[in-house]
Amino acid sequence: MTMDIENMTNHTQIERRQQGRHYALRCQWLRVLMPVLLLMAMATPASSELLIRITEGVDSAIPLAVVPFSKTGNMPGGDDVSDIVRDDLTMSGEFKPLSPERMLSLPSRSDDVYYRDWRLLGQRFLLVGELSQQGDRIQARYELFDVNGERRLLGETATATAGDMRGLAHHISDKVYEALTGEKGAFSTKLAYVTLETGGGKRIYKLQVSDVDGKRARVRLESDEPILSPTWSPDGKSLAYVSFETGRPAIYTHELSSGKRTRVASFPGLNSAPDWSPDGKSLLVTLSKDGNAEIYKMDLASKSLKRLTNHWSIDTEGSWDADGRGLLFTSDRSGGPQIYHKETENAEPRRLTFDSSYNARPRFSPDGKHIYYVHQRQGAFHIARMNIETGNETVLTRTGLDESPSVAPNGRMVIYSTQQNGESVLTVMSAEGGANYVLPSASGDVREPAWSPFMQ
Amino acid sequence: MMFTMRNKAFALVLSLGFIAGCSSTGDTMEDDGFGIDSSATGQSGGSTVYDGTDGSGVSSSGLTDSERMEAQERASQAEVQALRDITTFYFDFDTAEIKAESRDVLAAHARYLSDNPGTQVRLEGHSDERGTTEYNLALGERRANAVQRFLIVNGASRGQLETVSYGEEKPAVSGSSESAWAQNRRVEMIFQ
Repeated sequence: MTMDIENMTNHTQIERRQQGRHYALRCQWLRVLMPVLLLMAMATPASSELLIRITEGVDSAIPLAVVPFSKTGNMPGGDDVSDIVRDDLTMSGEFKPLSPERMLSLPSRSDDVYYRDWRLLGQRFLLVGELSQQGDRIQARYELFDVNGERRLLGETATATAGDMRGLAHHISDKVYEALTGEKGAFSTKLAYVTLETGGGKRIYKLQVSDVDGKRARVRLESDEPILSPTWSPDGKSLAYVSFETGRPAIYTHELSSGKRTRVASFPGLNSAPDWSPDGKSLLVTLSKDGNAEIYKMDLASKSLKRLTNHWSIDTEGSWDADGRGLLFTSDRSGGPQIYHKETENAEPRRLTFDSSYNARPRFSPDGKHIYYVHQRQGAFHIARMNIETGNETVLTRTGLDESPSVAPNGRMVIYSTQQNGESVLTVMSAEGGANYVLPSASGDVREPAWSPFMQ
Repeated sequence: MMFTMRNKAFALVLSLGFIAGCSSTGDTMEDDGFGIDSSATGQSGGSTVYDGTDGSGVSSSGLTDSERMEAQERASQAEVQALRDITTFYFDFDTAEIKAESRDVLAAHARYLSDNPGTQVRLEGHSDERGTTEYNLALGERRANAVQRFLIVNGASRGQLETVSYGEEKPAVSGSSESAWAQNRRVEMIFQ
């Protein structure tokens, strides 16, 4: 117990539910922590649940044990469900799963759980489960426990085909994440990105779609000319992107299930930076057909264009608000690239960034409170986040050639590209920065990540 | 290899330009004449491309008048060839301003295009890897457009010139050094 209390006071702060990231704390804890909580308790109605907020940084990650799931019957080899759940929760940056080698017992259901074992190991939460064969499907029966509260938080079953153990694992990760944080998990969503292999004087670009951990990647388009700027349709069924396959840039839409592609913009000059509107009906695009780079809204059904910017400078990298009313974009109208916000399509743009001579490619968080963008500081390019109400800016990364931030649909993780050993890699970090998880890559450069919406 | 050739070509132009006194390069060029050296060396990364220009200044003081005439004759012929050998033009970070050292060469290309209206050129604009993909596409286009405008002002017709921007996608040199970046911020003229 003592160890746990220290752990809490060192790394967490206690707040009420209204204030962000929370973990359920049982009444038993109230007694132990009463001196600390007294002020809070006095200011709060007696029934109000007290919660713990995770502070930033790797140190604050919650210790959690995912016990290897027991298996009965004829199980598919290969992907191990509990390993994948452990990796998912690690990737979130919010949890620090215990290595199975350090476990004192390996329970697979509640009857076998001895809370004391897990308290000794400093674990806050515990996930156990078993896999069994149900006809031609595999069933996972899993339970989540609050170790200190000695309480079961979740007990569910889920099934999948034998070939979809990864899908089953990501589903369990989502359920665990939601039970612990109150927010939907995004582990069953997808990533789109572009890989570049160079060798023998050739450059091969591949547009790929994978799970959020980079696994189960499938090539959707291959070209020896650049492929850029993939963006998801809001239903997660299609991508839009820029391809130079004709020797000139053009914007395509691409339905993933059928492979059906449509060239929607191939005007003289630039055709770039597509961003799909939240209602799915239009794209923001950057075109230079009228002289220089300007942002237009293209209606996908009629292909009609509405010009949204009008300035002799570069205007590009348009990106919609969550509700599709207004947009963010990059413009160098002040002399260098800076970020602007139009609250509606017809509103006057308002400049948001001032610190540094280079701020570009903005993306809103799903709740519309923050923007993520590329920010230059002392010659290096980082990912930064700004609270658009207060203007407070935080640089989130320490590496130097960071690009293309894309926010998970639950707003809790951000993926971006950076350089490692001379190659471009994708890295996932928690929404406030801190923990970083590099996605393993098979070969070559990996860049231009786009996090999918929740799949419908 | 390509850069070695460009080095030589560039050094040649500088030397010949010295001999010819830049007299044939058009009225707008007078001021730039030997601003070339200072701006080339002032650019940190580009210095690899232009290495040796300072040391190759040809001293013409020992030549007789006839020798000088002959040299000038040879020079003007070789100059045209040498100028036309240079087809890549470099830029500073986040700018599309045509450098002083590019102007004589671009003016020579413009004259050639004016004299050969059937010739088509593709102007490919590029940026270095720093900054964002899409902004760099727009920046590459701005550079290609700047070269296009310069060529048109100096005699080429718009119909001969096509522009395309690849942004940071097709670096001439790989790596993340000042020198690599300087060589990647460029417009290439591709004669069709």
